Amino acid sequence: MAFKALLDSTASNPLGRQRSIWTALHLDPILLLLLILLVSGGLFVLYSGADRNLEVVKAQGIRLGVAFVVMLVFAQLDPSVFRRWAPWLYAVGIVALVAVMLVGVGAKGAQRWLAIPGLPRFQPSELMKLVVPMMAAWYLSRHFLPPRLRHVAVGLAIVLVPMVMIMQQPDLGTSLLVGLAGIFVVFFAGISWKLIAAFVAMVSVSAPLMWFFVMREYQKQRVLTLLDPQSDPLGAGWNIIQSKTAIGSGGIDGKGWLQGTQSHLEFLPESHTDFIVAVLAEEFGFVGMLILMAVYFLIILRCLYIAATAQDSFSRLLAGALTMTFFIYIFVNVGMVSGLLPVVGVPLPLISYGGTSGVTLMAAFGVLMSIHTHRRMIGA
Amino acid sequence: MPWGEFKDTAAERRLFQRRTVVMLVFVVLAVGGLLARMYQLQVVEHEVYTTLSDKNRVQVQSVPPPRGLVYDRNDALLAENRPVFSVTLVPERVRGMDDTLGQLGTILDISEEDRERFQRRLQEPRRPFQEIPLRYDLDEQEMARLAVHRHELPGVEVKAELVRFYPHSELTAHALGFVGRINRDELQRIDPVNYAGTNYIGKSGIERFYEEVLHGHVGYQHVETNARGRTLRVLERENPTPGEDLQLHLDLRLQQRAHELLSGRRGAIIAIEPATGGILALASVPGFDANKFVTGIGVSDYRELSSSLDKPLFNRALRGQYPPGSTVKPMLAVAALDSGATTRDYTMWDPGHFRLKEGGRVWRDWKRTGHGWVDLMDAVAESCDVYFYEIAVEMGVDTMYSYLAHFGFGEDATLDVSGALSGLLPSRDWKRAVRNEPWYPGDSVNMGIGQGFMLATPLQLATATALIANRGRWVEPRLLKDIKGDRPVEEFLPAETHEPLTLKNPEDWEYVVDTMVEVMHGAKGTARSAGRGAPYKMAGKTGTAQVFSLAEDEEYNEEEIRERLRDHALFVGFAPADNPQIAVAVIVENGGSGSGTAAPVARALFDSWLLEYGQADGALVSDIEAQVAD
Repeated sequence: MAFKALLDSTASNPLGRQRSIWTALHLDPILLLLLILLVSGGLFVLYSGADRNLEVVKAQGIRLGVAFVVMLVFAQLDPSVFRRWAPWLYAVGIVALVAVMLVGVGAKGAQRWLAIPGLPRFQPSELMKLVVPMMAAWYLSRHFLPPRLRHVAVGLAIVLVPMVMIMQQPDLGTSLLVGLAGIFVVFFAGISWKLIAAFVAMVSVSAPLMWFFVMREYQKQRVLTLLDPQSDPLGAGWNIIQSKTAIGSGGIDGKGWLQGTQSHLEFLPESHTDFIVAVLAEEFGFVGMLILMAVYFLIILRCLYIAATAQDSFSRLLAGALTMTFFIYIFVNVGMVSGLLPVVGVPLPLISYGGTSGVTLMAAFGVLMSIHTHRRMIGA
Repeated sequence: MPWGEFKDTAAERRLFQRRTVVMLVFVVLAVGGLLARMYQLQVVEHEVYTTLSDKNRVQVQSVPPPRGLVYDRNDALLAENRPVFSVTLVPERVRGMDDTLGQLGTILDISEEDRERFQRRLQEPRRPFQEIPLRYDLDEQEMARLAVHRHELPGVEVKAELVRFYPHSELTAHALGFVGRINRDELQRIDPVNYAGTNYIGKSGIERFYEEVLHGHVGYQHVETNARGRTLRVLERENPTPGEDLQLHLDLRLQQRAHELLSGRRGAIIAIEPATGGILALASVPGFDANKFVTGIGVSDYRELSSSLDKPLFNRALRGQYPPGSTVKPMLAVAALDSGATTRDYTMWDPGHFRLKEGGRVWRDWKRTGHGWVDLMDAVAESCDVYFYEIAVEMGVDTMYSYLAHFGFGEDATLDVSGALSGLLPSRDWKRAVRNEPWYPGDSVNMGIGQGFMLATPLQLATATALIANRGRWVEPRLLKDIKGDRPVEEFLPAETHEPLTLKNPEDWEYVVDTMVEVMHGAKGTARSAGRGAPYKMAGKTGTAQVFSLAEDEEYNEEEIRERLRDHALFVGFAPADNPQIAVAVIVENGGSGSGTAAPVARALFDSWLLEYGQADGALVSDIEAQVAD
């Protein structure tokens, strides 16, 4: 079976006497192949989405190259390094978030960046996408699993503090992803279903309170627009209407590469960033979407396998949470572009144009590869 | 483990793997959900979104038809279309009107007037997404500068459009009229479909009268546009039907001659071809540059034109209503002969004044000493007022009214001359209605010499003169000679409505023509100096219209009166007398006397037409030379 091969290729003999070249390089060839497939296909779509602007494709190529290097570096580190560094990284991250609140820079009314002289400008919230699940995994893996209630509470606190801070910037998309990354750790740790049910109940009760007290006007507007895009077809509803039109008009086999009228005639906004999947859907149709989702699904499948075969709790929790975060990216982005979810600034992973999220994602894959290639022989 | 407690690694692993399966199921369901959504949009509702997508990018644009051209009788171009590049703004697409205008101001030379006009149009009702012109007639440098900045200025477009151009500007302004921007009232009137791409409409003259013919029929094109409304390519096109080209009776050379003859004065000349009623020349001096009105005249330019004492915008030929003075005498002579108020043999003594009854009011003859014994021939030739006082009283107002009405006075008898006025032909009823007074015999006396209440336009005088030239056959004055397309001109000209004026004795026509010939060529003819030395015979009548009345005993000295209070000089006539080719009416405002000022103008015009322009083959000229030789 293909799936079996997919899951087992390096695993076929990872513990055997012959350590493959991949293990030596601390890379997982299947995951690497799938990522290269995704990224190279993504560049073609980006070329179209950016209206044949080769400069954009070049810049993205360079960024992804950097991201691959970052992945490579992370893959070399032993998972125990992540574990040992997790509390310190978390502390640094919290300090950075506080610094953003005080002296951060940004645009469009959001304060997200930190400009430290001598360092490149960076977004601490992006860092937290990795650090929060690391920290949560570090904390929970120190105790018996499934965790006790107080451990769950502390775990959630570890997640909620940075999440709320990021929400204040405001950056709903990132805070959502950071929060979910942590919550996935808690879930994988084995939190009881009763607690999950209680948590869900709490969220549904607090939703109206969020609406009235926490959510900002533009966020409410996005939700309202999702429910009825036609209420403001030239304003907030424009994005959703145009992206749905782009997707729908693609049909089964699409309009052809570079032939998408919605994107090339500039009806589709953000066609090379958050809404790039609409370009793909318009130009490659339902068939293209099937292929894209298949590649994503295979990546997730491979990553969950890595998580399931990891040797210690910390690695498992971290790998599972990172994998699910990656999936959340896909789900939120595609759901948003196809009009199922409100417009939240979440890029399509590894395809949307843009720097930091690609680097973070590849770093996460580096962590996964590290977990997979640093397994020790047990019981030998 | 940090706390040194025993951890059940295997149990933890199993727990984790169960959770992983749960997550995998979640992922499968979620991916399935997303794909189901894609299936719904891309397969089930594909048609709906294809339509939406096409509606997005494909726009139907109307293509305005090019306006028909106008030629004179010799195919000289009088009105053409010229490409003009202008900057237009689509307010719906402009981001920040004030900023955009400000930035455009740094790129282009935009005058305060342009701004005012733009703001005015911005307030006016218009079609959605209709562009509003900001500045016309960009030069190449401005086009280049704008091209550089265009991407920063959404909603700003450079538009090339064909705009009416009158190459002979002042010369033809009053004859052709002009087109201008469609205004609020016109917007209500026009067919919104056919005018969907049209910005101009005929405002006056033949541009107005033949608007429908000249305009043509709108075409369409389907164009692909981007989200900012910029047209990228034409997908499909249905060409507009261009407006018909018109040929007028007007002769540009004669028109020019007429303007030359009046230059430096105020006045009007109308020349009609008696055989057809075609207007050969229609001059109102001073004229104006109609091109200024096409794209919208500036406020200061307009103020200058409209407040000028010379009234250049006033079409004297069609709308100037003057007392006809003695030029009405040939028509009254026809009336008097046919009604029996006088005969050819009747002679009377002119003492230089006239009284209705002993001791009553005195009406003077222009010649204080009187003309002595005069018959009708002398009365016309010498313009004897007393003779006409008497026959006017003899005929009475009703008879005079009925005959003069036959000559086209008191009505707009033109077929296609837009804006012509009717003048005033007084009658008992009119005076009762307007003045609430009875008609006094004294009113008839005044009417006998074309003074008093009666008013006529130069065009009416020319029309009445053409009727005499035609010996009673009516030809309504008209401008349109031919339509350049396949369709016959009759389809476009309104029907002729006038019955010929038939006299009891048709020979009376010849007699009256003879009296007019005597004016030009007779020993005592008032215009004999103007008629001297002509190689053909002409018929005419001079006239002098008082600008204001003088008390009966008051003497006046021309020099003492300000120039603008001097009499208007008039002349009507046609030539050659036996085979009329041209009938004219000339008025020179404050020109003094008809014989001294207006008659020479007419003579020059006759010469030009008969000896130079009229007949390309020269047949007429040789014909005339033969006549003179006889």
